[in-house]
Amino acid sequence: MKVSIALAQINTVLGDVEANLEKHLQFAAEAENQGADLVVFPELSLTGYALQDLAQEVARRPSRSDPVFKALLDASRDIDLVVGFVDEDDRHRFFIASAYLAQGEIRHVHHKVYLPTYGLFDEGRFFAWGDRVQAFDTRFGRVGILICEDFWHASPPYLLWLDGADLMIFTSASPGRGLNTEPRLESARWVEHINRAYASLFTTFVVHSNRVGFEDGLHFWGGATIFDPNGELVLQGPYQEEALQVAEIDLDQLHRTRARLPLLRDERTALVQREMTRIIGAGTGRQ
Amino acid sequence: MPGELAIHTELAKKILAGFIQSEVRRVGMERVVLGLSGGIDSALTCFLAAEALGSENVLAVRMPYRTSSPESLAHAQEVIDQTGVRSLTVEISGMVDALYADFPDAGNRRRGNAMARARMIVLYDQSAAFNGLVLGTGNKTEILLGYSTIYGDAACALNPLGDLYKGQVRQLAWSVGVPASIIEKPPSADLWAGQTDEGELGFTYADADRLLYHLVDLRYSPGACVEAGFDHAFVEEVVRRVRRNHFKRVMPPIAKISNRTVGYDFLYLRDWGT
Repeated sequence: MKVSIALAQINTVLGDVEANLEKHLQFAAEAENQGADLVVFPELSLTGYALQDLAQEVARRPSRSDPVFKALLDASRDIDLVVGFVDEDDRHRFFIASAYLAQGEIRHVHHKVYLPTYGLFDEGRFFAWGDRVQAFDTRFGRVGILICEDFWHASPPYLLWLDGADLMIFTSASPGRGLNTEPRLESARWVEHINRAYASLFTTFVVHSNRVGFEDGLHFWGGATIFDPNGELVLQGPYQEEALQVAEIDLDQLHRTRARLPLLRDERTALVQREMTRIIGAGTGRQ
Repeated sequence: MPGELAIHTELAKKILAGFIQSEVRRVGMERVVLGLSGGIDSALTCFLAAEALGSENVLAVRMPYRTSSPESLAHAQEVIDQTGVRSLTVEISGMVDALYADFPDAGNRRRGNAMARARMIVLYDQSAAFNGLVLGTGNKTEILLGYSTIYGDAACALNPLGDLYKGQVRQLAWSVGVPASIIEKPPSADLWAGQTDEGELGFTYADADRLLYHLVDLRYSPGACVEAGFDHAFVEEVVRRVRRNHFKRVMPPIAKISNRTVGYDFLYLRDWGT
């Protein structure tokens, strides 16, 4: 089965959801024109990234009764969408979230489980920590979504793998940093390395959509990628420029790779569970 | 340039030109104003601004004081000619001398700071006249050492070079075509005759860059820097300067009284809503 995936590495207006919604609808329409089945927008694509005190002001509740989500859900009748936003739950906690929309329905909402609060990051100050890592079913098979720092940790992609995700969708608003003599930044190199590594280790498809543009002195480097189950690069978006990149992936590659390399078949989850129980029970592991 | 500080100049140029473009246009403007001293920092900033916005949208202002070196004016002119930016020359001697007519005993430090602040006044006035944002020209070495005049040359709307050490500024300046005569001359604030940065600081930029890179970027402790071979007195002096001049790098503190206070828990980026 072939799936055409569009990666929308967009710039956003900080705190202006209406303006960002317009861009989502434009890019979704263009992706559909190019024959894409799914378009993936970056982390916090409807709001901008460094929200600080804007976090509460731009928060939405993903449902048809929200006018922004209504417009996106209508668009999802023609093309599946992954969008980034701030989710306010019933208890008024604010989460960095990504939603998968398809055929007019919200299929899944992921809340970011790792909030970087160090160095230039301050997410833990403004947002609540998600507490679920779950794959979900789509018309392309089982999929998982992670947001930026989530996949800097090895365990969330591992959990998605065990939960059946054969297509991992990673979204980021990754500030560029670490300029040396290489033609790409250290932050870009690192993210691409681990994306390739996850695709290889889990013999799965790994899709990454990262935003571009500036917020004060921070810049976001773009460079969307798709890696296939062999760890091969299928698509590479440009750096530092807004772009809509479309590539076709062949889900039958999962069959071919896993016939050659049965890492999933041989994964010893019961052993992992036993050892995790021992490590955490002995108090030597981190919670 | 030691290998650890070398940069990919094309990528640096792309990010910095993008930064200038984004931060100027998102507030609904097209233009910038900058002070062109004839030195390397403002020359490089001028080249980057012309690349980012087009030379017709850049106003370079030369602001000599009567003791300023004629060579500085000539070097600034070379940059204007080469980049094709708009230019203006505004003498600041009258402004500064008017102040010190009442304080004839004032020394170099006061007069130098007043010159830097007179230039700030001229630039912000031109900012309104030309409808352009004021571009800062300070580099990372200078900002960390606090080698600038607060509300003087440090005043600006945005600062493209502020995360580049002096040696990296030099490397980027070569790559964008800043004239060699500007890159190779000893850096000077040109506030009085014969002044050089390195003479006044008491150490070289090359040494300061390497030490600051270890202290700031690599997070070495001062003791670890000495163990890595840096001179003990030099490390102490630089650490002292960085700490003592931190006030130049932050907004003035506000005394917190209410539940929500600017600077502490009223937090928005400057790019809020854009």
